[in-house]
Amino acid sequence: MNEMQWEVVIGLEIHAQLATRSKIFSGASTAYGAAPNTQACAVDLGLPGVLPVLNREAVRMAVKFGLAIEATIAPCSIFARKNYFYPDLPKGYQISQYELPVVAKGRLNIFVDGEERTIGVTRAHLEEDAGKSLHEDFHGLTGIDLNRAGTPLLEIVSEPDIRSAAEAVAYMKKLHVLVRYLEICDGNMQEGSFRCDANVSVRPKGETALGTRTETKNLNSFRFVEKAINYEIERQIELLESGGTVIQETRLYDSNKDETRPMRSKEEANDYRYFPDPDLLPLEIDASLIEAVKRELPELPDEKRTRFREQYGLSDDDAATLTDSRELADFFEATVTAAGAEPKLCANWVMGELAAALNRSGLSIDQSPLSPEQLGGLLTRIEDNTISGKIAKEVFNRMWDERLSADVVIEQQGLSRLPTAPRSKRSSTQ
Amino acid sequence: MGIVKNFLLRMHNQTIAELSAGLKAGEYSSLELTERFLSRIRQYGEQLNCFVTVSEERAFADADAADLARSKGQAGPLTGIPLAHKDIFCTKGIKTSCGSKMLDNFVAPYDATVVNRCRTAGMVLLGKLNMDELAMGSSNETSWYGPVKNPWDADSVPGGSSGGSAAAVAARLSPAATGTDTGGSIRQPASFCGITGLKPTYGRVSRYGMIAFASSLDQGGPMTRTAEDAALLLQVMAGFDEKDSTSVDRPVPDYRAALDAPLDGLKVGIPEEFFEHGLNPEIAARIESAIDEYRRLGARIHSISLPNMHLSVPAYYVVAPAECSANLSRYDGVRFGYRCEEPKDLADLYTRSRGEGFGAEVKRRILIGTYALSAGYYDAYYLKAQKVRHRISDDFKKAFEQVDVLVGPTAPSAAFGLGEKTGDPIAMYLSDIFTIGANLAGVPAISIPAGFVDNKPVGMQLIGDYFAEERLLNWAHRYQQATDWHTRMPQGFE
Repeated sequence: MNEMQWEVVIGLEIHAQLATRSKIFSGASTAYGAAPNTQACAVDLGLPGVLPVLNREAVRMAVKFGLAIEATIAPCSIFARKNYFYPDLPKGYQISQYELPVVAKGRLNIFVDGEERTIGVTRAHLEEDAGKSLHEDFHGLTGIDLNRAGTPLLEIVSEPDIRSAAEAVAYMKKLHVLVRYLEICDGNMQEGSFRCDANVSVRPKGETALGTRTETKNLNSFRFVEKAINYEIERQIELLESGGTVIQETRLYDSNKDETRPMRSKEEANDYRYFPDPDLLPLEIDASLIEAVKRELPELPDEKRTRFREQYGLSDDDAATLTDSRELADFFEATVTAAGAEPKLCANWVMGELAAALNRSGLSIDQSPLSPEQLGGLLTRIEDNTISGKIAKEVFNRMWDERLSADVVIEQQGLSRLPTAPRSKRSSTQ
Repeated sequence: MGIVKNFLLRMHNQTIAELSAGLKAGEYSSLELTERFLSRIRQYGEQLNCFVTVSEERAFADADAADLARSKGQAGPLTGIPLAHKDIFCTKGIKTSCGSKMLDNFVAPYDATVVNRCRTAGMVLLGKLNMDELAMGSSNETSWYGPVKNPWDADSVPGGSSGGSAAAVAARLSPAATGTDTGGSIRQPASFCGITGLKPTYGRVSRYGMIAFASSLDQGGPMTRTAEDAALLLQVMAGFDEKDSTSVDRPVPDYRAALDAPLDGLKVGIPEEFFEHGLNPEIAARIESAIDEYRRLGARIHSISLPNMHLSVPAYYVVAPAECSANLSRYDGVRFGYRCEEPKDLADLYTRSRGEGFGAEVKRRILIGTYALSAGYYDAYYLKAQKVRHRISDDFKKAFEQVDVLVGPTAPSAAFGLGEKTGDPIAMYLSDIFTIGANLAGVPAISIPAGFVDNKPVGMQLIGDYFAEERLLNWAHRYQQATDWHTRMPQGFE
C-alpha cells in the first residue's frame, strides 16, 4: 500500500483541569486523592434548590490562557447546559459553554523536524468535570465518587491543522508546557489533569473535502496519543484501500492491546439539547480584567527560548530543552548567575549530568538535592581551571551523594590541580 | 377581663402588623400565639389539606427563642410571628416534598435563603404547605398529597401552585405564608382565596434553596392578608444573595415607609387586552369598580395596550417546560428522592424511578420541554419563544413610559370547581393568561382582594415597573384603606 497518497487530518480537544483551589461552581475543594465523596458539597451533588456560582479565578485562568495564545477574549460569553443522563453527572446536565466560548481564535507554533508550523486554536471554553464511576470494586454494582464533579476544566479545541501523530504530540506537549508556565494547570496526566481526545480522518492527497473522522477519547499520555493516532491512521487507510468506509464514531484506545475500539456511534449518540443556563448570567469580561491579567503574564516559553538563544548564545535545541519548563529554565539561569561561568558550560551540565542524576533518582528539577548555587560552585572550579571536566564528574557524584559543596569535596579529596585553590571566588559551602 | 379574653380569641384574625404590636405590648407571648395557630391547624388543616408537614416541635422551639429574644430587648418587627413555608423552600431537618412523590422522603441538609432570613428575623415556622407537584399546576390538584380545598367553597380549587399557602392564610391557619410564582402561582391562588400575594421583580428574592421549576421565571414572594403585611414579610425575604447569581445587588428600601403616600396624579393604565374575550363579565364589573375607587383616590385612568399579550401563554409553555426538562433531570433515583424497587439495570432505574415518581402534569411538561430543545426544533420553539419574550418585555417597558401601574383582573374567573379543568390542560393553562406576562418580563405584580362573584373572592392585579415593589405596596395599601374586601373571612373558620 502506498501510504504517500493519503493526507492525515487531525484535530485535538484537550481538557486541562484548572488549578483553582475550589470548584468552578461551588466552594468545595478540588484537591486530588481524598476519600470518595468527601469533597462534594450540596451544589456538586445536585441537590434540589442549590445554585451554581461561578469561580472568578477559573475565569482569570481562561483569560490568561487566551492571552498567551493571542486569542480573542469574548467580552460576553454564555454558559449552557449540556443535557444527558449518567450516574456520575449529578444534575443530569453539564454546565459548559457552547455557542459563545470565553476564548476564540488563538494559535500555537510547534516545531517538528526543525520546521515551524502554526496550529490554529478554534476555541477554549470553561466547563465542569463530571464525577467518576467505579466499576471494579463493587460486585455487580457501580460506585459513584463525586469528588471530581464540578472541577473546572478548560477545553481547548484545535483546528484540524495537524497532519501527523508527531505533530499532534508536539502540539500537545507545547500546550502542556504552556499551561504549566501560566500556572493554570498542574499538567499531571496520570491524575487526569491534562487529557486529550483526538479527531482523526484521512483523505486522498490533494483533496480539499475532509474525510469521515473518528474521535478517540481520553488519551492521558503523549505516548498513547501518538500510538492511538497512528493506529487510527493505519486502520482508516486500510479500510479505505480495501473498499470500505470509515464510520463517524467515538472510539476508545486500549493501551494493553495497542488498538482503538468503537465506544458508540454518532447515530445513537445523545442529542445534548444545549440551551443557555438560566441560573448563570452571561459572563462579562471587561478590558480592565484583561489588562490586569496581561500584566501578570509570565515570560512565555517561546519568548524565553528566543532570549536564551540571544542572551546566552545557546543553540536552538539547547534553548528549547532548557525552556521546557519554567522550573528548569529558572534553575539554569540561577546556575549561570551563581557560577559566573560560560552559559554553554552551565547548559551542558544542567541538561547532562544533573538531568541524568535526577532521572536515575526519579526526581524532577524542583526536587533536585543540589541547588543552582551548589552546581554553580562546581562549574566555577571548572571555569577557573581548578579541576578538569573529567574530575568534575567525580566531584559532582560526591556532591550528589553526600550533599557537599564542590570546594569541600575538592579540598577533602585533594583534587585541585592548582597549587592553591583561589579562595576569592569561593562559593557557598553549605 | 372579658374584653381581653375576647381579644385573645380573635388573635388569629389579626394582621402581622397587629400581632407585632400585641407581642410588643406584651398582650400575649409568641408561645401563646403559636399554640393558637397550631390548634387551628389541628382543627381545620385536614379538611383543607393545606399542610404537608406541621412542624410543632420546631414551632415551639422558635416561639421560645422569640420570647427569649424579646425579653432581652432583641425583638424585631417579625420576632415571634408564626408563618408557614410553601413546601418548595428547603428546610434543614424538615421534609421538603415540593408536592411530589419523588421528594416524599427528601430532607434537605440546608435552609433556603428565604427560610434562613425568616428564621433570622425571629419568625416561627408552623410547617410546610401543600402545592401543585413541583409547582406545576394552577389548581393544586397535581399534588402527590391531594388537592387543597378553597376555604370559601370546599368544592372549589384554591388555585395554584401556591394553593396551600393561599388557603392557610385565608382560613387564618397562619398569619402569613411564602409562595413562589413562575406564571402566576402566588397571584392566582391569592385571587381565588381572597388574600394579598406579591410576586417581586425577578432577582429581588433569592432562589437559593427554592426548588427550581423554571429558573428564569421563578420568584418567591409573600402571601398575606394585607399589603402592609406583604411589605413586612417582603422586607425580610428580599435582598442580594451571593449564592444566587441571578439575585440583584441593590439596596432594599423600607417597604412600609411609603405605604400611606397619597395617590394624587397616579397614572393607572388599563390594558385593553385584559378585558377582551374570555373575561367573565362579573369579574370585569368588580375590577371596573375597583378602578373607580382608584379614580376617587386621585388617580388618572388611561387605556393602554400590551399588543403581544396573546403570545404570553404559548411562549411561557415553551420556555418554562424547556427549563424544567433540564431542572428535573437530577431526580434520577441515584442520590436522593424516590427510587424504584429492585432496578435491573441503569435504564430501568431511570425509567421506573422517574416514571413512578413523577405525576402526569410533570411528565407532560418534561416531554414538551425536551421536544422544544431537541435538535431541529430548538430554533422553531425555544429560540422563537425567547424572541416573543423580548417583545413582551418591550410591551411592558413601553407601557411604563406612559403610566405608573397596570391594573386588571388577576385571573379570568373566580375559583373554578375541583376536577373542572383537570381533563383539559389548555383550559387550565389559560387560567394564568393575565399573570404570565409579568413573569416573562420579570416585573413585579400583586394581587389584592377586590370583591366577590358568587360568594367567591375576585382578585385585582397591579403590575409595576422593575423594582417598584415599594410603590405597588403603596397603591395596594391605599386601596385596602378605602375598602374592606381584604378583611372578609370565609365562613366556618371564625
